Amino acid sequence: MARFGMVIDTKKCVGCMDCVVACKTENNVPEGYNRDWIVTVTNGKFPDTTLEIQSQRCNHCDNTPCVSCCPTGASHIHDVGNVVLVDHEMCIGCKACVAACPYDARFIHPDGYADKCTFCIHRVEKGELPACVSVCPTHCMYFGDLDDPNSEVSKLLASRKNHPLMPEAGTSPRIFYLI
Amino acid sequence: MQELTTTRHNLHIDPTMTVWGWEIPVYLFLGGLVAGMMIISGYFIFSQRYKKTNCVTYVLPIISIVLLSIGMFSLFLDLEHKLYVWRLYTTFRITSPMSWGAWILILVYPVIVANLLMDPPKFIANKFPQLQKVKDYIHQRPMLIKNIGVGNMLLGGMLGVYTGVLLSTMGSRPLWNSSMLWVLFLVSGLSTAAAFVHMIAANVEERELLAKADNGFLTIELFVLALLIIGLSTSSAVHISAAKLLVSGIFAPAFWVFVVGLGVVIPLIIQLNAVNHKIKHTPIAPILVIIGGLILRFIIVQAGQYSHYLNAHFK
Repeated sequence: MARFGMVIDTKKCVGCMDCVVACKTENNVPEGYNRDWIVTVTNGKFPDTTLEIQSQRCNHCDNTPCVSCCPTGASHIHDVGNVVLVDHEMCIGCKACVAACPYDARFIHPDGYADKCTFCIHRVEKGELPACVSVCPTHCMYFGDLDDPNSEVSKLLASRKNHPLMPEAGTSPRIFYLI
Repeated sequence: MQELTTTRHNLHIDPTMTVWGWEIPVYLFLGGLVAGMMIISGYFIFSQRYKKTNCVTYVLPIISIVLLSIGMFSLFLDLEHKLYVWRLYTTFRITSPMSWGAWILILVYPVIVANLLMDPPKFIANKFPQLQKVKDYIHQRPMLIKNIGVGNMLLGGMLGVYTGVLLSTMGSRPLWNSSMLWVLFLVSGLSTAAAFVHMIAANVEERELLAKADNGFLTIELFVLALLIIGLSTSSAVHISAAKLLVSGIFAPAFWVFVVGLGVVIPLIIQLNAVNHKIKHTPIAPILVIIGGLILRFIIVQAGQYSHYLNAHFK
């Protein structure tokens, strides 16, 4: 079974927010909410500073506190690519998953259910790329099967220095940033 | 130096999480209070104290039902998808404390009702005279009465424990991620319940007994609070940062003044003097304990949401 993940090249990302706009358009994300967003990390002391621009979203972790705390099973791991999804018809809006996510990647949709990035599974199942990946003007985002050693994402992770976000939270996130 | 800027501004998520408002602390407080009352009432039944005149165990079930129902209504108000609440009862998720809690609450009601039927309040007994037969049936069976007592203690314990476990399983919120939290909520539930019961008890002997018990619970609560902070302070950087929120951070004034000072230490001093007959029994101490218990839940819920892996690097 595939294990979908994402690799984002921070050397190419310019923080243009095309991925953010594409996601909002593709998924009808309501005004005032974001399923993906841009974080700019500045490290060091002037003049020795580094800048890293990260396009962030749900990390579709291997260890999923949001799924295990869900009292109804609305938060679940999808058969295709182990993507973490929320069944809107089963969600009671208790917000346990929102609090359980160390990345604060979830929010409550105005219609009352927990919402977040789906890796655009509706597109992926049709053989397309997630909307954010497909629109990126610098081609800094890569999507694929982390378990397939021949996939583009696996090759990039094997050949380039990279890091996930907050590995110390212990959720084994599946989005990696090339540095 | 490290600086983060983000374009995200999700409601109740940024800049700090506030998804759980007043409803959850109120529910956790009332759940803990009812759990404590069930344990006290169950103990009085099990130890045959219920045979004494004016025993408080006969008024506790109806109060418990009312308070627990208010708590559950508060929990219901917190749900964002209210019409789907029934989904809780179409499944049991073994890894979800909230699922455990939903089912425990379903089991708690019949046990409290069994306690209630031992001597239904007059306004209920007058409307349903047939309850007298149920009362006679129960009182002819001493083993059944003992089992009602054990059931109340057991389910009360589960209810009190679950309110803490609900939060402590969340590794994402360092302040909650402590194995002391369920002990704290259980002991706080017992202390607020003992305070409430000795405030309303008509039987003087019972009042003294519960005031002494409350002093014991408050002393244990002080130790548990200390252990919670020591446990967090000797853990990882994010946990140390979470402990600082209570000890010296933005939640420190409310924590030290309302929880430790007015909620535990001062009522403990007043009640120690009261049980030693140096001063008269006063309702001020139990009222302080009850308010302190409520504020404790508010602080833990709000500070827990505030505590975060990222905040630890910046605070």
